[in-house]
Amino acid sequence: MIKILILAFALLSLNSLHANWLNFRGNQSNGFSASKSLIDLNADQEGAWRAKLPGRGLSSPIIVGDKVFLSASSGVKQETLHIFCFSGSTGLTLWERKFRATGRTICHEKTSVAASTMTSDGSKVVAQFSSNDVFCLTLSGDLIWLRGLTYDFPNAANGLGMSSSPLIAKGVLLAQVENDAYSFSMGINMNNGETLWKKDRPRAANWSSPTLFGNGDNQTIILQSKEGISIVNPKSGKEMYNFSEGASTIPSSTPAGNILLVPSNGMTALEIQAGQEKAKKLWSDNKLGPGTGSPAISKDRFLVINKANVLTCARIETGEILWRMRIKGPSSGSPIATDSHLYFFNEEGLGQVIKINDKKGEVVASVDLEETILCTPAISGNGLYVRSDSFLWKFTN
Amino acid sequence: MKILLPLIVYLFLLIDAFNAVTSSVRDLVQPLIEIKKNGTGNKLAIHAWPKVADLPAQHIPELLNAMNRANPLGDNWIRAAISKISDKRDSTLPIDEIIQFLNNYSNHADSRVEAFRIIQSSHPKRAELLIPGFLNDPVMALRREAVAKKLSAAKKETNKMERINLFNEVLNKAREIDQITEVSNALKEDGVIVNLKELMGFVVDWQTIGPFDNTERKGFNFIYPPEQKINYHANYRGKSDSVKWTPLSTEHELGLININEQYGEIKEVVAYAHTRFTFGENMNTQFRIGSKNAWKLWVNGELLFARDEYHRGKTRIDQFVIDGKLKKGTNDILVKVCQNEQTQSWTKQWEFNFRITDQEGSVIHSGN
Repeated sequence: MIKILILAFALLSLNSLHANWLNFRGNQSNGFSASKSLIDLNADQEGAWRAKLPGRGLSSPIIVGDKVFLSASSGVKQETLHIFCFSGSTGLTLWERKFRATGRTICHEKTSVAASTMTSDGSKVVAQFSSNDVFCLTLSGDLIWLRGLTYDFPNAANGLGMSSSPLIAKGVLLAQVENDAYSFSMGINMNNGETLWKKDRPRAANWSSPTLFGNGDNQTIILQSKEGISIVNPKSGKEMYNFSEGASTIPSSTPAGNILLVPSNGMTALEIQAGQEKAKKLWSDNKLGPGTGSPAISKDRFLVINKANVLTCARIETGEILWRMRIKGPSSGSPIATDSHLYFFNEEGLGQVIKINDKKGEVVASVDLEETILCTPAISGNGLYVRSDSFLWKFTN
Repeated sequence: MKILLPLIVYLFLLIDAFNAVTSSVRDLVQPLIEIKKNGTGNKLAIHAWPKVADLPAQHIPELLNAMNRANPLGDNWIRAAISKISDKRDSTLPIDEIIQFLNNYSNHADSRVEAFRIIQSSHPKRAELLIPGFLNDPVMALRREAVAKKLSAAKKETNKMERINLFNEVLNKAREIDQITEVSNALKEDGVIVNLKELMGFVVDWQTIGPFDNTERKGFNFIYPPEQKINYHANYRGKSDSVKWTPLSTEHELGLININEQYGEIKEVVAYAHTRFTFGENMNTQFRIGSKNAWKLWVNGELLFARDEYHRGKTRIDQFVIDGKLKKGTNDILVKVCQNEQTQSWTKQWEFNFRITDQEGSVIHSGN
């Protein structure tokens, strides 16, 4: 019981520091928000808005204060890379920067060159694209630095497109660039764009994203590949722990306090003492394997959607399955959750709000946006944001 | 004379002031031009960028000029500065000078395109009027705007013969795959068949040799005899039997060379395709290859690029565009195409397509 309380407190304290949503799947890369739950998704609600986008993208919005940041790509070869800053209150474009891809832009028709979600440390934002162009800007749209990682390493590309989202830890940007031909991860100095470290990674296509684990001095980054996971020191790139039982190359790992849920052999829970070079396997269950999306955390539970569109709620610490229900798929994005609700959009644009507790899940609201949605929503304050092929949407209470 | 002297002094001062501003803009932007690979130059660029982005809009032509001297990374630094300057909607934007810059073919393709984007966003009506003039433009991104406009007009023509004539005019100007195939499909509906293979310049006649061994994908880096010397009369030890050079041509509409046709649907193998391409001068060119298999490309013995990736998506036209050179006379072109061990239905293909263009994308045919 004490462990559960500590876990719940840790999750709450980490997310309620501010109403920002700084990374793919939130501040802690686990799909959890301490924000007040929205119980409806009404596009006509006062305060709701939608903003037209110039091109597609699978990237999710991130939020810093009242600013919402989003990437997109356009042009016949998706060679134009857009970075947008919208007002969270009004949906108006505060600024837009357009760049030209310096790396390869060919990708599968379903995905996009704007597939990676942006990241922020609260004062700067970074966008990475499938062309492996990386841009660091101030919140006001001033360019701080840029890199062209495929320009630097011409074989760093995937014929189907790349999608790993970058992360910032301890003043270092972590860019994961993994594919069949040439794979590496790189730590880049957030202040000046210089390479701090670069390490070879398994040569295999990998669309999963790195994950933050731990806090403060003990903050580390989880790198995931088909070989397993590697916990690295963001400042040095030095590997602190290696789990070599394999892992998925699409859904990403999910931290919950000192437990890491790894999409490996279905789902595997590792207990990791932050800053230490050891881990203990708590459980592993092939019935808890995710489909394309990654799990979301809510209190001491996690929720995962499998390939058959079955949503499963289970205990983080034990893997005990609490309940299952079928939802309307198919889905490419990941669900996100508050303490009491789960939010999920399927590929046809149907948004579903599911009230969750230990006993059951119940669909309490839905909205059909009639647009393809392949990304993960974001929550901040009183707003839920999601991008479809043509629009960025905000819903509010 | 009393009147003229102050005027001359004033003019000299004006010229000095102009030169000082021009050279100071040039100095300011220089760190953005000197950006290199691996983040080299970022430290200096970080200090320079805010000053460049703070310039009044009247200096945008100088920044476009600077893009002429920058690499693609430097271009993006300068683009961001121009974008920030444009946010201010400064009334000093010298639109006529920017149009002049756009119309000057000696400026770099990327900086001319940036000039057009500035005109499009600040003076959309003037931009629209400029588009028909891009029909012969060497810059593909500009030419495609004019081609799209002309294609749209051709589609609206109700007289069949007139329409066919217009489509043919468009086809003559189009350089990009999507537009060429769009016109070709439109002509097909009017009963006219376009020889895309010829129009797009696919190299369709090759000599091939194989299969060599690619067990565990090791053949990709193994140097088999064709990489050392091309001898059409030689026999070598292949994966299971002796192998020799044999001709392989294609009638495929888009020049696809299907190696399975030569050796069957086999796995963990390597084949080489060689051709001799005759050209009348020394020239910088682009070698455009498409393949869903791992491949290497040599031109006149020089390895231009190697790609060790299998079946990530389909074989596409112009999938890889590689800068290189043709020499006057006969050029040896060698492609190594590898097949891996995967057994899924979507991994059967063992294929490539290949064509050569000038640096602007216009097709180069062999003089053979």
